[in-house]
Amino acid sequence: MKGMTVIVKTITDFVVGFIVVFGAYIVLYGHLTPGGGFAGGVIIACAFILTMLAHGKDVAFSKLPEKVAHVADSGGALVFLLIGWFGVTVGFFFMNTFGRGEVFRLLSSGMILPLNIAIAFKVASSLFLVFSALAIFRRRSFRAMIEDELA
Amino acid sequence: MNPLPLYVAIPLGAAFLIPLLGVWWKKSGETLAPLSMLILAVMSMLQVSRPAAVYYMGGWVPPVGIALVSDGLSTLLLIAINVIGFLCILFSLKYMQTYTGLTKYYALFMLMVAGMNGVVVSGDLFNLYVFLEVASIASYALVAFGVGAEELEAGFKYLILGSVASVMLLFGIGTVYAVTGSLNMADVAREIAMRFGGEMNPALLLAGAFFLMGFGLKAALVPFHAWLPDAHPSAPAPISAMLSGVVIKSLGIYAICRVFFNVYGIGTGAGEAVIFANGMIAFALLSIIVGGLLAIGQWDYKRLLAYSSIGQVGYVMLGIGVGARVLATGGQLSIAGLAILGGLFHMFNHVAFKSLLFLSSGAIQYATGTRDMKQLGGLREKMPVTAFTTNMAALSIAGVPPFSGFWSKLVILVATIKAGHTAIAIVAIVFAFVTLVYYIKVQREILFGSVSKLVEKAKEVPALMYVPLILLAIACVGFGLLYPMVGVYILEPARDALMNGAEYIQLVLG
Repeated sequence: MKGMTVIVKTITDFVVGFIVVFGAYIVLYGHLTPGGGFAGGVIIACAFILTMLAHGKDVAFSKLPEKVAHVADSGGALVFLLIGWFGVTVGFFFMNTFGRGEVFRLLSSGMILPLNIAIAFKVASSLFLVFSALAIFRRRSFRAMIEDELA
Repeated sequence: MNPLPLYVAIPLGAAFLIPLLGVWWKKSGETLAPLSMLILAVMSMLQVSRPAAVYYMGGWVPPVGIALVSDGLSTLLLIAINVIGFLCILFSLKYMQTYTGLTKYYALFMLMVAGMNGVVVSGDLFNLYVFLEVASIASYALVAFGVGAEELEAGFKYLILGSVASVMLLFGIGTVYAVTGSLNMADVAREIAMRFGGEMNPALLLAGAFFLMGFGLKAALVPFHAWLPDAHPSAPAPISAMLSGVVIKSLGIYAICRVFFNVYGIGTGAGEAVIFANGMIAFALLSIIVGGLLAIGQWDYKRLLAYSSIGQVGYVMLGIGVGARVLATGGQLSIAGLAILGGLFHMFNHVAFKSLLFLSSGAIQYATGTRDMKQLGGLREKMPVTAFTTNMAALSIAGVPPFSGFWSKLVILVATIKAGHTAIAIVAIVFAFVTLVYYIKVQREILFGSVSKLVEKAKEVPALMYVPLILLAIACVGFGLLYPMVGVYILEPARDALMNGAEYIQLVLG
C-alpha cells in the first residue's frame, strides 16, 4: 500500500480543504490583516505537501500535476514582473493604478492585492516542486557511494 | 525613455518566460535567450554615448525612493556583462546540447545576468545586496548544472562560502544603516562626508572590513579564494566563461570600487580610509603570488585558467588599491588616476581574454572529450581556429607586447612605481613572468607539439562555437591597438566616476 495508514489518509483528506481555504484567506486579506502572498502561498503548498506525505507522490501529482505547477511557478513570477513593469511605464509604482485604498475594504489598496495573488501562486507551486524534487530524487545510500568510490 | 530599468526587466522577464513557454515548446530557451541578450548587448553599447543617467523608481526621489544609477563605471560593466553574456549564449547553443533540462539552464543564465545588471545599476546598498544574491544563487545552481559528484561538491562549496560572504555583507550594510540612517549610496556618502567630515567612526571601519571581506570573496581575492578553483572548472564552459569573465568582476571588483570610492569617499575624506587601501593592496599581492604559483602546477586546463583568474584579479585590485592609497594619503591625482585606469583597463581586458580562454576550453572538451593537458597536444593542426584564437588570448593575458594585456599591466606597474611602491612593483613584474610561464605551458601542451591520440580524431568545432572565439580574439588585439577609442569612450569615464566621489552624490541627489 502506498503512503501512510488509513487514519492519516482520512484525516488528511478531511483537513486539506480547510488548509487551502485558510491559505487563500491569508493571501486575499494580506493587505488588510497580517499575512500576504508569501505566507498564504506557503500554507497552500503545505496542503499539497501533506497530501504527498500521506498518499504518496502519485496522488499528489494527480491533484496538482507537475506541468501545472511549473506554469504557475513561472507564470506567477511573470505576472509579478508585469505588474511592476506596468508601474514603471505608467509611473505610478506604489501609487496604485487600480484606485487608492480604502480602510477595511477588500478590493482596495491598489496593486498590493494582485501582487499578493501572483506571489502566492509562485510560492505555493515552487515550494511544492521543491518538495517533490526531494521526494523523487532519493538520497543514494552511503554504502552505494563507498562501493562507487572503490570501483 | 530612460533604459536603466530595462537592464533588469528584460533578462528577468526572459528568465520567467523561458520555463513557462518551455512546458510546451522545448526550444524556448534557445530562441528567447539569445534574442534578449542581443537586445541587451546593443543597448549597453549605445549607453556609451550618455553614461551618466539616473532613474527614480516610481518617481520617488532618494533617499526615500530607490534610484537606478549608471555612470562611467556602471557603463563599463554593463558592456562587459551583456556582450560577454551574448557571446556565451551563442556558444551555449551548440555546446549545451549534450546536457538535459536546457530550459532551466537558459532561465538560470538570464537570472544571473539580471542579477549582475541589477548590481551594476543599483544606486541603493540593500538593492545591491538583493541583486548580488540573485546573481549568486543562480550561479550556485549553474556551477552544479552537470549534477555529477564533482559538480555538486563544487556547487555546494561555492554555496556555503558565498553565503558566508552574503551574511558579512548584510551585517555591513546593517551597520552602515545604523550609523547613517540611509541605504541610498549617494545619501550614505553625503552623510559620511558631512556628519563625520569624512572621518571614519569605528562602526564604519567595521562595516568597511565586512565589505572588503564579503565582496573580496565574490571577487576571489586570495584569503577568500577557496571556492573558485573548484567552481569554475566544474561549471559548463559558457558558465565558466561568465563566472571568470564577468561575475567575479561585477559582484566583486565593481562593488568594492563603488563602496570604497563613492560611498566611503576615499580621497575626499580623512586619512583613516587608507587602511582599506592597504587591505586592497595586501589582498591583491597575495592573489598575484598565490594564484600565479598554484597555476603553474595544474594539469587540468580549466583549473589552470581558474587559478590564473585569481592572479589576474590580483593585478586589477593592485591598480585600484594603489590608486586608492594615493588618493587617501593625498598624493598626486594624476598618479592615482593612472593606477585606477590601469586596474580598470586590465579588468576590461581580462573580461575579453579569460572568457575566450574558458570558451576555448569548452571547445577543446567538445571536440576531444578531455581537458587533461597531458592527453592533449598538436591542436594547431586539427582545430586551427580554436588554436589560433586561444593562442591570441594566451599571449594577451601573459602580457606579450602588441596585445592588450601588456598595455594594461604596463600601466599598472608604471603607476605603482610612480606611487613609490617599488618593491610591490617588482613582485608584480616577477609574477607577470610567472603568468607567461604557465601560458607557455598551455601553448606547449595543448596548441603545439605532437598530435596526441585524442586530438587525432578531433574536428574543428561548429561555426556557432568558433564565431564567439574569433570576436573575442579580435577584442584581445583591438583593446591594445585601439586604446585611444576604448580609453576615451569607456575607460576614462569609469576612472572619472571613481576619482570624483562627490560627483556621484550630485548625480543622484541633484
